[in-house]
Amino acid sequence: MARAAVPGRLNWLVATLTATRDETPTARTLVFDVPGWPGHLAGQHVDVKLTAEDGYSAERSYSIASAPDGAHLELTVQSIADGEVSPYLTEVIEPGDPLELRGPIGGWFVWNPSSPAPVLLVAGGSGVVPLMAMIRAIEGKVPIRLIYSVRSPADALYAPELSERARVSPLTLTYLYTRRAPEGMPVGRINAGVVEAAGWPADAKPAIFVCGPTGFVEAAAQLLVAAGHDPGIVKTERFGPTGT
Amino acid sequence: MSGIISRGFSGRRRDGGQKLPPGQYLERGFPVLSAGPTPPVRTATWQFTVTTEAGDTAARWNWQQFMALPQETITVDIHCVTKWSKLGTHWRGVSLDTLLDGVETNAGYVMARSYGGYTTNLPLPDLRGGQAWVAYEYEGQPLHAEHGGPARLLVPHLYFWKSAKWVTGLDLMTHDKRGFWEELGYNDYGDPWREQRYQGD
Repeated sequence: MARAAVPGRLNWLVATLTATRDETPTARTLVFDVPGWPGHLAGQHVDVKLTAEDGYSAERSYSIASAPDGAHLELTVQSIADGEVSPYLTEVIEPGDPLELRGPIGGWFVWNPSSPAPVLLVAGGSGVVPLMAMIRAIEGKVPIRLIYSVRSPADALYAPELSERARVSPLTLTYLYTRRAPEGMPVGRINAGVVEAAGWPADAKPAIFVCGPTGFVEAAAQLLVAAGHDPGIVKTERFGPTGT
Repeated sequence: MSGIISRGFSGRRRDGGQKLPPGQYLERGFPVLSAGPTPPVRTATWQFTVTTEAGDTAARWNWQQFMALPQETITVDIHCVTKWSKLGTHWRGVSLDTLLDGVETNAGYVMARSYGGYTTNLPLPDLRGGQAWVAYEYEGQPLHAEHGGPARLLVPHLYFWKSAKWVTGLDLMTHDKRGFWEELGYNDYGDPWREQRYQGD
């Protein structure tokens, strides 16, 4: 198993926002310069801390979207309507502003750069962010199949970059549209047929990463196990409440 | 404190803030965090064992035997290392005082073992004295599989990854050893009030 132990204490670092990119009307990529960044593996996340004038602070975790690259770090943040931290990151913070963060965190949901195995990525909504870091880090070194479930074409993150990478490297893209599909495409959710047609067969022994909202990840992980993949290699990361 | 102010950030009203550990926010849903697929665990084949530091099985229960033990109703706050906290959650379960009663040991630590291969380490004293349970009911309903059903450890005074889902046993240990997340950089103890999220905190 690829494991990345996190040595020593994870100190808070002061990052500086250097640029932003709107990915969709509600998601923005933040580009930071982080002096002292210890480096990361694709799939890891950071803790972000905001502090108000009166000393009140709030912390949240965000997946890293960029491949390891020195002090350069990118986060893609999906704004949550009633969120406390995400609206600040998608609407308020401006280039030149400082941001406290620490990391990298999480040594399980990571792509191991020395693994020759093909990779199967299954994303629901903004769950594609840590998987994008993997695609960027892999850079064509191993073949990748991405199954990406979004509500509508307008909700898809990184669509132009994914198309370009699919054109020039062994990356196969399969989009699923759960609410509204482009002309001539069906609306539907992930199912056994999709996993079979767009994933890898179990005997290809792919590395598998599934990330998205809880319901999506539960469904996708069970379909992968039913398709014969070893539950021990189906790595998952979930977000959002289930309400139960 | 580093003294970095987030220009233009005021934060949400601090409702309930006095009851929340540092860096936590109040969550009304019940988020799920698992490293892999939810394992299928059936009560027909479920068992819970306590193994001593010498490797001997000190106690074993099947589901029926477990449910015949004294049950407790528990109302506790829970705190996940991913920053959410829930206040006043209701559970039913069996106290670890009951499950460890009569187990002869000099061990200071415990490795909790789960179906699906998950492990987490805890000091033994943290499981005694009315601080820990094996819980099978949440808010009046059987515990959902994605939340660790049919039964999970409940150690609410530590971050919730210590409350191992799908728990099937405890291994008593003379020396502390790291479990799944601990080996990956998470704290050996995990006290939310001291914000012990990661190794070195």
